[in-house]
Amino acid sequence: MQRTPLYELHRRLGARMVSFGGWEMPVQYAGIAAEHRAVRENAGLFDASHMGELRVSGTGAGAFLQWAVTADAGRVGRVVYSPVCLASGGVLDDILVYRLAEDDYLLVVNAGNKDKDLAWFSEAAEAGVSVEDRSADRALLALQGPLAADVLGRVTRVSLDGLGYYRFRDGVEVAGVRCLVSRTGYTGEDGFELFCAPEDAVRLFAELLAAGAAPAGLGARDTLRLEAAMPLYGNELNEKTSPLEAGLDRFVSFTKGDFSGRAALLRQIETGVAKKLAGFEPAVPGIPRHGYPLVHGGREVGTVTSGTMSPTLGKAIGLGYLPPGLTDLAVIIRGRECPVKIVSTPFYRRAKQ
Amino acid sequence: MYPENLRYTGEHEWIRVEGGSGVVGITHFAQDALGDVVYVELPETGRVVKAGEAFGAVESVKSVSDLYSPVGGTVTGVNAELAGRPELVNQDPYGEGWMIVIELADPGEADGLLSARAYQELLKEG
Repeated sequence: MQRTPLYELHRRLGARMVSFGGWEMPVQYAGIAAEHRAVRENAGLFDASHMGELRVSGTGAGAFLQWAVTADAGRVGRVVYSPVCLASGGVLDDILVYRLAEDDYLLVVNAGNKDKDLAWFSEAAEAGVSVEDRSADRALLALQGPLAADVLGRVTRVSLDGLGYYRFRDGVEVAGVRCLVSRTGYTGEDGFELFCAPEDAVRLFAELLAAGAAPAGLGARDTLRLEAAMPLYGNELNEKTSPLEAGLDRFVSFTKGDFSGRAALLRQIETGVAKKLAGFEPAVPGIPRHGYPLVHGGREVGTVTSGTMSPTLGKAIGLGYLPPGLTDLAVIIRGRECPVKIVSTPFYRRAKQ
Repeated sequence: MYPENLRYTGEHEWIRVEGGSGVVGITHFAQDALGDVVYVELPETGRVVKAGEAFGAVESVKSVSDLYSPVGGTVTGVNAELAGRPELVNQDPYGEGWMIVIELADPGEADGLLSARAYQELLKEG
């Protein structure tokens, strides 16, 4: 079990620790509901140092990355969210691509997928493209919430007001710590993610708490991302599921040239997908959970991938795979058939500024 | 944390016997371990349960746990308040967070359950 540089600080803050993707991480401090609310209404601070970082660089890195990911890998200074597909069209991982320079990329990958990603990217890379695991070089903090920019403004002299959504800036001094700062997150709120050297992580975390952020754990991270209908690898995504089935069509560019999985995904468009990720709400009391069956006319037609009681909406919500176009659906909760209503996602959308 | 007048189970339920009936809920330890309770599924009144049988479930944000009856008998009351305010289980586990009332099939059965001291010993052993 691995520990992030913030492990001792989490313990001092009273965190309850759990195992996640091979890491010992805080699941909650004060309580999931309170931390969730802090992020929706003020600002919350997450340790995301368990995430893996791969550096892809060298002449040809640009062309290689365009082949490796399904989205258009973007311009220097931009962050792009993208699935990475196997030739089968199944999702190897979903990642963030930071284009640091013309032929220099930082990939932020799921902790539990880092080793297989490293092997896959290394295997696929052509001569002149280097793929390195840089996960140990960086800690990652996520400052999220409507007041995230205010909190950050208290500990840096650099104005980040102009930093657009999914843009980043390197070499920003925050609380005396040199950071790469991006306007990204996994909560459905405005916010920033800050990469720093591991030895600076405690200072940065503590200063951001002192500036007004509440520590938040993986429990709230999960309820926040689910309200925002953002997929979680292992729940909504896996190697047997395509980005088209997961509703990630806008992160697949068929116009940019060839990419891994392209032929399989084009075939899927021709034949139509057999299952599609849908959002739903039970019409009777009960909470759908990962793995519960979804039924139609007494027959199992799909499975719940994620479900929870939404702290913001005060009702149960779920995501699951279903044959497209079916109605009259129900979820089986502890042997009881509970009718569900298909709803559009995200379940929660933040108010425009 | 663990009132002397209650009896406890290894599954972290408590029962307070009054005459031929017992009020049942979950312990302070259980509510703390669960975290924020967001849903409690309770049986219909009239249901007959055996000792150790699941009579419902309590759900926190992250987890689902079955509720086991400490004794055998008939469910004669359920705490309807929990439908709208499941957080009462966290706030007042031995009071407003109670779950069901059971009419005991064998009024002496609760005597065989754990005392407050024995339950705390069990928690220490982890």
